[in-house]
Amino acid sequence: MALTVTMPQLGESVTEGTLSQWLKQPGEPVDRYEAIAEVVTDKVNAEIPSPSAGRMGEHMVEEGAVVAVGQPICTIESADGGNGTAQPEARVEEPAAAQGAQGAQGAQGTQGAIDTGAGAPPSQRAGAAAPGSAPPPPEATPPAPPREPAAPAPAAAAPAPPAPAPPAPAAPSPGDGTHLTPAVRMLAREHGVDLSQISGSGVGGRITKKDVLEYVQRRESGAAPAPTTAAPAPPATKPSAAAPAPIEVLTEDRLVPLSGARRAIAEHMVRSRHTSPHAWVMVEVDMTRVARVRAAQRESFRARTGADLTFLPFVAQAVVAALRRHPTLNASFGDDGIVLRHDVNLGIATALEDNLIVPVIHQADRLSLSGLAVALRDLTDRARAGRLRIDELQGGTFTLNNAGALGTVLSQAIINQPQAAICVMDAIVKRPIVLEGDAIAVRSMMNLSLSFDHRINDGLGAARFLRTVKELLEGIDEAAIAL
Amino acid sequence: MPVKSYIEAIREGMRDEMRRDERVIVMGEDVGVKGGVFKATDGLFTEFGEMRVIDTPLAESAIVGVAIGAAINGLRPIAEIQFQDFIMPAVDQIVSEAAKIRYRSNGDFGVPMVVRAPYGGGVHGALYHSQSMEAMFCHIPGLKVVVPSTPYDAKGLLRSAIRDPDPVLYFEHKRAYRLIKGEVPEEEFTVPLGRAATVREGDDIAIFSYGLMTRFCVEAADAIAADGFDCAVVDLRTLRPLDLEAIVGAARRCGKVLVVQEANLAVSVASEVAAIVAEECFEYLDAPVMRLGGPEIPAVPFSPPLEEFYMLNPAKIETRLRELAAY
Repeated sequence: MALTVTMPQLGESVTEGTLSQWLKQPGEPVDRYEAIAEVVTDKVNAEIPSPSAGRMGEHMVEEGAVVAVGQPICTIESADGGNGTAQPEARVEEPAAAQGAQGAQGAQGTQGAIDTGAGAPPSQRAGAAAPGSAPPPPEATPPAPPREPAAPAPAAAAPAPPAPAPPAPAAPSPGDGTHLTPAVRMLAREHGVDLSQISGSGVGGRITKKDVLEYVQRRESGAAPAPTTAAPAPPATKPSAAAPAPIEVLTEDRLVPLSGARRAIAEHMVRSRHTSPHAWVMVEVDMTRVARVRAAQRESFRARTGADLTFLPFVAQAVVAALRRHPTLNASFGDDGIVLRHDVNLGIATALEDNLIVPVIHQADRLSLSGLAVALRDLTDRARAGRLRIDELQGGTFTLNNAGALGTVLSQAIINQPQAAICVMDAIVKRPIVLEGDAIAVRSMMNLSLSFDHRINDGLGAARFLRTVKELLEGIDEAAIAL
Repeated sequence: MPVKSYIEAIREGMRDEMRRDERVIVMGEDVGVKGGVFKATDGLFTEFGEMRVIDTPLAESAIVGVAIGAAINGLRPIAEIQFQDFIMPAVDQIVSEAAKIRYRSNGDFGVPMVVRAPYGGGVHGALYHSQSMEAMFCHIPGLKVVVPSTPYDAKGLLRSAIRDPDPVLYFEHKRAYRLIKGEVPEEEFTVPLGRAATVREGDDIAIFSYGLMTRFCVEAADAIAADGFDCAVVDLRTLRPLDLEAIVGAARRCGKVLVVQEANLAVSVASEVAAIVAEECFEYLDAPVMRLGGPEIPAVPFSPPLEEFYMLNPAKIETRLRELAAY
């Protein structure tokens, strides 16, 4: 029975994804829930699990193809519909002797039932973890197909033909989906056999050693085509990417193919710039008091949580509080109007070596400074380790970007759609500042900027929002901080 | 040629060597007047007397320890351990002393001793009378380990073991004692240690086994021959040192390998054979190496249905052969 696997809905707003890699080739056995393909969407790499145990059937899309949600991607030949004569699926899983006891006694000691357990040595049981090294799953094994009456295997007995060593096909013809054992590869090499000419008689259509030897024998008796030197047609693997305009690649240039992530980022950035009229404002924030609070709390914070206390949670807390007061910054532009979000789900732009992702702290307004600090550390750690769950990359209502960590002093960010704005904190640097009363002092200063969607907010709202953040940070009270 | 049982062949092997060489003595629990719990030494006491067939206290460490001393001093002792399960108290003597004396003395002393012990289940022997512990001795350099599967080999291998200049562990499957019968020539013969025997020819699957399981493997191979699969059955006979040539030759010829043993599989003889095949025959393999053995549970149970569950039989082996054949 073949099941059709469709592109799953990988996120609330996701309508399509790029199938970046097939993890199972046609004919390969798969377990239920085993990953069969990798999919890249805007911000996340996900794996598609198999809905059933069985074998990978046909791939219906190529690697690199963009696939709409719900579109069929492949078939799985389910094991459920197999013959009913194979052993019972549930092999007794010792080693607990008591379990064995139940199994055997329950079966009233009938030979067949007892055999089931002891017939499966541990290697078989462990087999699922090591695909390829394990014998085929029992349900896929028909009870010994009667073969043609033992034609003597020509193996070593047949005098080896003066092998002119034609370039043996480098790989089996793609599409048959079966792997080749070392013995089959060696024989094919020795005899110059094009394996695409042979139909396999083994499990799942596998070409067996015997198949090759019989083919060679037939060929020598003139019943099969001689070895062909023509290479099998190269598989068409290159998905046609919709390039905007042809870019010439000169001799010394190097073409780096687009990764799934790179393509997703590119598409998102272009879309955002096209969608939202970006406007930009910046304020200077005096971070001296924050720096003092941070210095005072750093040791005790590290002792309690094991994490370093950075400036980011302070700014995050101020941004979240400001969003509560200025809801049009925590919003989206919809066809019917501006949607003011109830929850403040703060996205934190996180740069990875070859990717850019925005893990989200959901309901960030409910967290204390300490809670934010721990959540930030956890998310960024797992983001770098590639261990984020999909829901942790979704649902953001506003994005904060700590570009200053990289030393920048002035950044213009692109809005993370469909949000209303993105805030960038640049580097905190000590500068001489003229204070009230014209005194000059050395202060820790930070540029805080906002790229906002001018459809939703005007300069007034954006400036007020930034002023609120600035006031919260500059007026921070050490005693009031609930770290 | 007369047909003998497995145990008769063992008894005659000892008797003939004792007749041939007066240095050969037998010692163990109840081996003398009673003739052994399985009657393996029956008649030896009458023929050779109490000086050469010695009843010992129930102390395995002493049985083997005394045998080592006797061997170093020029005798050819055969120490009988009543059940292989009881060999544990003697392991220190076997592993730490007997196996190492030739090495330790720079070749000046050897221990020409045979330790005989019945092993294996399927006789309702329960936890203390059913174990198969050959693997732990196979791990020890300085020991030879022999497990015959036919009366012919039982006699021929035992005679070679007695004549060997170094310690040999000779394990007899207790269910084979009276189950397996076969032709044994009257005239003197030996079977060399370290050589496997191909007991069934075939080109499709190479089956490696030893002891009672060899017989079951032949039955299973016969059962699937009707469907056009020819299995070679190689009886390893000597488990240390293994016959590399025979293993590699059969594995390469067939391309599919099943290793069968009664003992559980972890770190076992089957593990070693599989490793050899993987190292030496990779290019020739047409299927993953398959092993079949007892379950990983602490002992052979007493309850008859549970013992059935534990033990291999020809039907269980045939099932795996069919899986491998279809691969």
